[in-house]
Amino acid sequence: MTTTTLAVLVPLLPFLGAAAGLLLCPPVSRHRPETGLRALLFAPGFVRPLAVLPTLLATVLAAVVAARQGGGRAIDAATQLTPTGSVPIDLALHLDGFAVLVAVLVGLVASCVQIYSTAYLRDDPRYPSYAALVSLFTSAMLLVVYSGDLMVLLVGWEIMGICSYFLVGHYWETPEARAASLKAFLVTKLGDVPFLIGLFALAADTGTFRITGILAAVANGGLDHPTLIALLLLAGVAGKSAQFPLHTWLPDAMAGPTPVSALIHAATMVAAGIYFVARLLPVFAQSGAALVVLAVMAAITMIGSGLAALAQDDIKRVLAYSTIGQLGYMAGALAVGDRGAAVFHLLSHGAFKAVLFLAAGVVIHAAGTNSLAAMSRMGGLTKRIPDAYWTMTVALLALAAIPPFAGFFSKEAVLVAAEHTALGDRHVAPAAAGWTVLVAGLLAAVLTAAYATRLWLLAFRGRGAEAPDHGRQPVAMTAVLWVLAVPTIAFGLTVGAITDWFDGHGLTPTVTTAVLSTGVGLIGGLVTYGAWRHTSALAARTTVGTVVAHPDAEPALIEAQAMTAHTAAYGADGDAPDPADPGRLLLGPLHHHAAAGFHLDALYTALFVRPVQAAASLVRFLDREVVDTYVRGSGAVARGLGTAVRRAQTGNVQTYLSALLAGSLVLAIAAVVFANVNAGS
Amino acid sequence: MHLAYPAVLAALLFCTGLYGVLARRNAILVLMSVELMLNAVNLNLVAFDVWLRDTLHAGQALTLFTIAISAAEIGIGLAIVLAVYRNRGSSDVDRLRDTAETDAAEALPDDESGTEDQATAAAGKAKKAEATA
Amino acid sequence: MTLAAAAAHSGFLSPTGVEIAFVLVGIATLGAALVTVTTKQLVHAVLWLVVALGGLAVEYLLLTAEFIAWVQVLIYVGSVVVLLLFGLMLTKAPIGRSPDADSGNRWAALAVAAASAGALVWVVVDAFRTTWINLDGPAQGSTEATGSFLFRHWVLPFEALSVLLLAALVGAIVLSRKRGKEQS
Repeated sequence: MTTTTLAVLVPLLPFLGAAAGLLLCPPVSRHRPETGLRALLFAPGFVRPLAVLPTLLATVLAAVVAARQGGGRAIDAATQLTPTGSVPIDLALHLDGFAVLVAVLVGLVASCVQIYSTAYLRDDPRYPSYAALVSLFTSAMLLVVYSGDLMVLLVGWEIMGICSYFLVGHYWETPEARAASLKAFLVTKLGDVPFLIGLFALAADTGTFRITGILAAVANGGLDHPTLIALLLLAGVAGKSAQFPLHTWLPDAMAGPTPVSALIHAATMVAAGIYFVARLLPVFAQSGAALVVLAVMAAITMIGSGLAALAQDDIKRVLAYSTIGQLGYMAGALAVGDRGAAVFHLLSHGAFKAVLFLAAGVVIHAAGTNSLAAMSRMGGLTKRIPDAYWTMTVALLALAAIPPFAGFFSKEAVLVAAEHTALGDRHVAPAAAGWTVLVAGLLAAVLTAAYATRLWLLAFRGRGAEAPDHGRQPVAMTAVLWVLAVPTIAFGLTVGAITDWFDGHGLTPTVTTAVLSTGVGLIGGLVTYGAWRHTSALAARTTVGTVVAHPDAEPALIEAQAMTAHTAAYGADGDAPDPADPGRLLLGPLHHHAAAGFHLDALYTALFVRPVQAAASLVRFLDREVVDTYVRGSGAVARGLGTAVRRAQTGNVQTYLSALLAGSLVLAIAAVVFANVNAGS
Repeated sequence: MHLAYPAVLAALLFCTGLYGVLARRNAILVLMSVELMLNAVNLNLVAFDVWLRDTLHAGQALTLFTIAISAAEIGIGLAIVLAVYRNRGSSDVDRLRDTAETDAAEALPDDESGTEDQATAAAGKAKKAEATA
Repeated sequence: MTLAAAAAHSGFLSPTGVEIAFVLVGIATLGAALVTVTTKQLVHAVLWLVVALGGLAVEYLLLTAEFIAWVQVLIYVGSVVVLLLFGLMLTKAPIGRSPDADSGNRWAALAVAAASAGALVWVVVDAFRTTWINLDGPAQGSTEATGSFLFRHWVLPFEALSVLLLAALVGAIVLSRKRGKEQS
């Protein structure tokens, strides 16, 4: 098979798997046992291969495509199904080094998530539809990755949006999940509107939706409004990739099952925005203003999310804020015009963040809670889940950018690019953007190391009652952790070998930034450790803890209960009233604000939600009291007229006849009179 | 002879019959008033026939037919009045108000058990209708 | 009175004997008709109807329609009135004054009737102010003439009428038959 055929199969296979899963998806019914063919088809032994195998096969094919592409010239293939007017829309593939590598990552993470889900949601009655949606999600992301046409890319982009809505809302019985899924959908859609306008503006300027055509037009200076287009597109990217100020949906999206969080955060949805900018970087590079905006956005995102992550109590929310921060790094790399560094960080982050989330799922299952405060009062958790412990330690080291793990190299690549831009060695982006990214990146490195250390200490170095023993974790859940731990450890070391895929552009760290960032990372970690030593003495005095009621249920159920219990115990903020928290000591008075995500949600509530609700109630008032008055009035008038006319229906034939004759008499007289008048005239 | 005489007489007789039809309560008196109206028409037909000296004598022929038809009408009409009287116990036209618009709650269910019951039920209904009117 | 006024209005100042007779009989007929529709005694109403119908027969005679006059007497005075009397008796109509002979609709009826009388008289007088009937020559409605035109020109409607009468006969029987068998 040609590389093109293989590449077409990559998004198609998960899509077919999803279509089969959704079409044959049994109705959720706990009371009526399935019979006949459907029962045969949907024995659990059939659903799981249908979920796992297409994704796995797609991963293999993506790897083959990546190997064949080999970082050489981009492979382009296009076919036009139907003429679409002035700007043609093609089903186009554009396989360059970035695309094939990201596709491998997406496939790998999605396969791991699918395998993990077979155990994590083993008793869930909605598992078939869940698995089908995950497949659809994967397929949409692969479409975004491979697509060479912006309209086709947009299709995948929007499918991811709706899939994220369904998947985040998987536990729709809980109000948090319902609110979170709606929020994720609406906030990303808020970004998608300017994004769509930006796409149209881009196509209007360049006359095509094909990425190759657009890049060629940009190279020839065919772009008339680069700043406007870049800013419009950035809005969509900020929504999808959870950059300030549209990042608020992502921490709330933790209400979804852990594998979904891993999928959304590691490889797919949030990566799509970064990947999109990386693809169209020349368009953004046309506008220095857009790059500065992106740099400022990235800087605010990095620092703000680092502070917020330090204050969260829910383990998954810590990871969510860390995702936002790492995406900030990628956006920063793009802001200094180095897409190689951005995609490199995207890949390594995808690997270690997947490990972190999947391991967090194991931790939540084992501990029966998602609260770090509760875990810090629980001893022996490491003995219960050694796999999760070791893989998570490795992934946290990678997150904190400690050499030689993957995160170190990719973050170095970002910082090197920023440094070069700041010092004027690179001229793709303004120096201001370089300085912004560099300073914010170093600050964020301190914060990243601090919250990674805090997470590790609170989760695994807790003292107190022994953690409950639930037996061994399922192999499907622990094995994928080790699979993903391999790239977490080793991916960075391949930095010399993979430059072919990254435009042949060197990504090796330089001594200055390496020492600097590792140094600040170590400082952050050590400070946190010191704070923890200081505060952990307090832990014994206060008892905080929420542990779910059914510790032996399936992991997904435990997680859903843990989230409900967390909200019930601590309120909607991610905060826990735990004096033993080192983050509280480190942040000081900032802690409360950081825990609430710097009150951005409250601000949005005041700025947007309240006015919209007020407008809605005004409309409701107008509809009920003004419009309905007329409606009711017309009804009342009709009824009154009806009553009046009913009066005439006495049933007395003579009355009827009198009226009839009187009427005909009037008509006759009128006829005669008019005849006379006309005759006289 | 002046044509106005029979014409005016016919018009006045017709209006007299009209008054009777509209004002009389007993169905048989109504029928009598209808006869008066028919006769007024007959008078017109005869007078105009004589005036026009029609060779076919259409007016007189139609008068004969009208008389025959009115005889048939009175026969049928009386039969109907008798049937109504047997069923309802009354031949007063202003009490036959089954078509009156009443509230659905007030409508009595039709009792089909027998003529007597039916008659009393109908009479009761008629009274009720009168009371509401 | 109305008739006299109408006659005076036509400006015809030298009435012939036939006209005088017509007007007088007409007044009697109209009076009888008025009593018929206003009297409170039902049986009297039928008897006054006999007077009115008889008066009309005389008017037919004055208009030289002899055959129709006799048919009028035979059918109306002879059979229809008898039928009406039987009807009154069969419906147990009260004998003597019945105060509720008129319905509540009488004032509306009076208005409608008066208005239409006014309109009709106005139109008729206006239309036939200068029209005379020539009553000279052979009687136009003699029995011979009637038989001749009826069976020369009007045979088919005449026969059709016989079918109608048969249908009316059957209908009357069906309607007035007591349904004793069905109920017992």
